[in-house]
Amino acid sequence: MSKLVYNEMLKIVRKKRLWVIAAIIAVLVALFTYAQYRETEELRKRLGTTDWRTQLQQQIVDLQNRLQSPSMSEEWRKYLQIRLKQQQYYLEHNINPSAPGAPTFMRTFIENAIDLFLPLLVMVVAADLVSSEASAGTIKLLLVRPVKRWKILLSKYIALLLSVSLIMLMAAVLSYAISGLVFGYGGFRLPLLTGFVPQGEDLNTANVHMIPQWKYILIELGLAAFVSVVVGTLTFMFSVLLRSTAAVMGIMLAALISGAILSNMVSSWHSAKYLFMVNLRLTDYIKGAAPPIEGMTLGFSMAVLAVWGLAGLLVAFFVFMRRDVY
Amino acid sequence: MTKQVTLAVKELRKTIRGKEIIKGISFELHEGEVFGFLGPNGAGKTTTIRMLVGLIRPTSGTVAICGYDLHRQFTDAIRQIGCIVENPEMYPYLTGWENLEHFARMMPGIGADRIMEVAKLVGLEQRIHDRVGTYSLGMRQRLGIAQALLGKPKVLILDEPTNGLDPAGIREMRAFIRFLAETEGLSVLVSSHLLSEIQLMCDRVAIMAKGRLLAVDTVERLLNQQARVVWKAAPTDRARALLAAETEVLRADEETIVTPYEPSRLAAWNAKLVQAGVSVSEIEPRLPTLEDLFIELTGGETIE
Repeated sequence: MSKLVYNEMLKIVRKKRLWVIAAIIAVLVALFTYAQYRETEELRKRLGTTDWRTQLQQQIVDLQNRLQSPSMSEEWRKYLQIRLKQQQYYLEHNINPSAPGAPTFMRTFIENAIDLFLPLLVMVVAADLVSSEASAGTIKLLLVRPVKRWKILLSKYIALLLSVSLIMLMAAVLSYAISGLVFGYGGFRLPLLTGFVPQGEDLNTANVHMIPQWKYILIELGLAAFVSVVVGTLTFMFSVLLRSTAAVMGIMLAALISGAILSNMVSSWHSAKYLFMVNLRLTDYIKGAAPPIEGMTLGFSMAVLAVWGLAGLLVAFFVFMRRDVY
Repeated sequence: MTKQVTLAVKELRKTIRGKEIIKGISFELHEGEVFGFLGPNGAGKTTTIRMLVGLIRPTSGTVAICGYDLHRQFTDAIRQIGCIVENPEMYPYLTGWENLEHFARMMPGIGADRIMEVAKLVGLEQRIHDRVGTYSLGMRQRLGIAQALLGKPKVLILDEPTNGLDPAGIREMRAFIRFLAETEGLSVLVSSHLLSEIQLMCDRVAIMAKGRLLAVDTVERLLNQQARVVWKAAPTDRARALLAAETEVLRADEETIVTPYEPSRLAAWNAKLVQAGVSVSEIEPRLPTLEDLFIELTGGETIE
């Protein structure tokens, strides 16, 4: 089995997929670092000070002003009210929620990358794992060896899991290393609050507690890895079902993007919460942001994702084992 | 035939979406022989070959390789087979050596020495460490054979092995296939849609059309049954009448007359024509074209 996995990793590496992914991460992280830097500068200019307390107070005033506007959807108002409560809590407890530093950048990067960017990178590897062998015809040479079909597919899936781990590692290391050049490398011990539970319009702060930022980042990385594995598994399934890598990419991209759009408009369509693509923002539960549909929790979302992933894996193996290869 | 049977196919059938593509095929391959699989495009050759190597699951029927059932003892059975199905697609971003290494990892007990051995056998040792993307079609074809031979198979299955090769390459390939059968004792199954090719390298041949085997026999016997003689003689109508008295005239037009080929009587027929004052300018024995064979065997049905 390890020889088969070695074969699959060799092919992924020699196709230079992982280098492309590393390059994409590096370029985008540099871009975001610069954007973040400009935003901090802008804020500093506007407020005339870099004191975060003033900044936070300013943000709270901003929020309060926006809440007074009458032409606002009920949903948005609810969200802003929750944010307001959260920020007031930070101020009262003397905690800087966005203390600059590479770890903070890394944290926000993961939070923003979890539902689209990281899954996209995983797709770059997963989309052509099987479909490229089918379209190039090399699948025939693979399947006429004295190895059972399920072992061949399993070796590919293990190679995918290894690649996902590598991608997560690259995202973490590159975002830390590159943003640190600008923001400095300190800030792992910064205490952060978690445990906010949005309940309707209220923010339940009963379970709020403090954890150091490094722990927070580890939790988020774990959640991001979970999301990436599920999206990778579904992509893998389509890669088995379809010969065209472009079609696999197209379907998965459409699903991911529709998820991002749906999250903003499905609050009254309750059964939409069983779609995998509206459940991708797992880090929001840690942050305490309102879920797209009332009643969704971290456990619920992870269960939905796990079911989708398992179903995808079953379909992939079932089809691959029985299919006639032309 | 006392030689060992290496591949036995019994009543193989395949139905795809309610349409029967392969309609009950049975044949056997013996040790050390080159077996030709002849048929026009669309006859079901490739589908049959894919069933022989486990890429397609037959609807019914069995395939046994050296006594192992392909379906029930897949790994034992497939270990005895080396094959190229259609074009030998390799990974273009890997070198020839890495490609062979990749497949060697999927088979037990195949090491670097065996890889070098097959690379030498197909004459690729000079370029084996270059990327396959830079290979010519002929070199890829040879690399394809190298991967098929890697596991020391008893049965070699080659689908259209001379496709896309130049004349020199075709001749080389034929000699190589003969060598594998005669010297190494392999059973080689070669499919082709060209009669001339099969005729030059096969011991036995199966003719396939529309999902059925029409005939399985040695090449000479099949061809001699159907061989023709084309006469050019003037005056044509006189020659035709004389020949008709001796044998069957199959076809005739203003210039030529076609009769069956009977080598022992040819000289006598010619003497008759000459004695009757007919000037014979050409007597040409002609082997049947594939199309003739099919028309003969299918009783006038055309090739699909």
